[in-house]
Amino acid sequence: MNASTARHLKTLSLIVVLTLLPFVIQLALGNAWLRTLDTAMLYIMLALGLNIVIGYAGLLDLGYIAFYAVGAYTYALLNSPQLLPLLTGTGYEGLLHTPIWIVLPLAAMLAAVFGVLLGAPTLKLRGDYLAIVTLGFGEIIRLLLRNLTRPLNITNGPIGINQIAPVEIAGHSMSKPIQLGGLQFTSLYQYYYLFLVLVLLVILVSSRLQHSRLGRAWIAIREDEVAAQSMGINTRNVKLLAFAMGASFGGISGAMFASYQGFVSPESFILMESVMILAMVVLGGMGHIPGVILGAILICLTPEVLRDVVNPLQDQLLGERIVAPDDLRMLVFAIALILVMLLRPEGLWPSRRRTSELHEEDEAKPSVKTKVASHE
Amino acid sequence: MTAEVPTSTPLLAVTNLQVSYGGIQAVKGINFEVHAGEVVALIGANGAGKSSTLKALSGLLRPSSGQIQYNGEDTAGIPTHGFAARGLVMVPEGRGVFSRFTVHENLLMGAYCRDDKPAIHQDLDKVYELFPRLKERYQQLAGTLSGGEQQMVAIARAMMARPRLLLLDEPSMGLAPLIVQKIFEIIHKIANDGVTLLLVEQNAKLALKSAQRGYVMESGRITCADSAHALLNNPEVQRAYLGE
Repeated sequence: MNASTARHLKTLSLIVVLTLLPFVIQLALGNAWLRTLDTAMLYIMLALGLNIVIGYAGLLDLGYIAFYAVGAYTYALLNSPQLLPLLTGTGYEGLLHTPIWIVLPLAAMLAAVFGVLLGAPTLKLRGDYLAIVTLGFGEIIRLLLRNLTRPLNITNGPIGINQIAPVEIAGHSMSKPIQLGGLQFTSLYQYYYLFLVLVLLVILVSSRLQHSRLGRAWIAIREDEVAAQSMGINTRNVKLLAFAMGASFGGISGAMFASYQGFVSPESFILMESVMILAMVVLGGMGHIPGVILGAILICLTPEVLRDVVNPLQDQLLGERIVAPDDLRMLVFAIALILVMLLRPEGLWPSRRRTSELHEEDEAKPSVKTKVASHE
Repeated sequence: MTAEVPTSTPLLAVTNLQVSYGGIQAVKGINFEVHAGEVVALIGANGAGKSSTLKALSGLLRPSSGQIQYNGEDTAGIPTHGFAARGLVMVPEGRGVFSRFTVHENLLMGAYCRDDKPAIHQDLDKVYELFPRLKERYQQLAGTLSGGEQQMVAIARAMMARPRLLLLDEPSMGLAPLIVQKIFEIIHKIANDGVTLLLVEQNAKLALKSAQRGYVMESGRITCADSAHALLNNPEVQRAYLGE
């Protein structure tokens, strides 16, 4: 078997696994886990977006969830009755049923615009300073959504926006099940496949970017901005593009979140969410697409696993429940992150590049040994 | 006298340059010029303003007043990322190699401002010929190289931009004497290939030996300008910078 058939077989089996995954999950674990799977897909998109900003360009962004919010509210406003009072009689009521193929690019674009808005004033900042400003930006967006009710009620404040229409494709609303042969595809299945397509798209774009001229420029400015400038890299534009590209992934994910959830409120976009996405990127392996995906999946699964394990365990061992699983969540994350930082600072599944960078000494040792051996 | 200031139009002409850096006026109005084909040394003690001068020349810092003419063009109108494409390339102090790129990728980054692929490949071969050590390690991550090898990567990377004027900021810094010697051998070869060099060094003796002309900088001003040979024999310079 030659290399190319092997690769084709690998791709084919991956497609089969990904197609059958929701069936397996639902049969083995039930609907709640299928829902978790869908949510995990949204977070994979988010983590891959943040990976561009942090993993590639090295810009520490702690307000990333703001772009998710921009995408979510874009979809929500254009697919719910929220703006109906404002638009009644203007002839623009049709805007409130904007089709997905317009909303998605729009959400991505708007998020990118906000990315540039965040990037432009922070171009000279790095590290901690950039982190503080981006953190503030995330909060500003959230507070804006919370308070944008007067003079015109646009966001409906802390109550959020309800009755968001599900995605409609070719006249079929994704809230309705599809019967195909003997199988019934519920809404959860349909969203899974839609998200899968988007995730694959995001992965494709991410990996193409990484190996592009722009991707190399990102890594170069992360490594040494002065040197990058002297090589003729326009650091300003390159950084703004990182913010914009990363944000657009967040925007797409946000739009899907709004449609999937049917409801958005500012409480979904708190600082803790930004921190979680950052944790996914760091835990998995900054700058490495498979690692980031793994990180996103692990962090999405942890609370669910805890819920399924902690209570039965307490019942059996103690006969009563002392700790709520949700309280353990932060503890588990903290321990996991500390362990990763101590034992595998490059993340659980890092790129080969990063491993060799952080384990320089470990690599040097065997080479000394081989030298000694060759002398003997 | 071995080298008079040539009378042709200079490749680089600096008039009354002042540079402020971090609230301090690091360069207080200097004049000098570099002609095509020359090797010019800018020597001086730590904090004399040498690096600030180089940063201004390469666009990383903007002059607070004065003028820099490169190849007949006022550099004030060139964006920072536009210097490399015009052949005005700096090898930054402390080398600044991209440690997560391999040696080869570092060199390719040097050609970032170019899009003439076949010529880039030719230049790669040329640069590897100049730095056989780098050819041996072309797949190694630059961050895992020794200091001397990293300096080689930095110079080789700058060469990939096809410089007309190469600005070298302290190429000997932090390197063992033997390695420094090797680096300067390479600098000689580059100069012989027709690249104009402006060399900023604390190691004044070495710099002056490689150069035709030199300028001595002291707390933001140029205090002495002469042929390198004359500077090497100048008792004042000997006492202050050559440790004799």
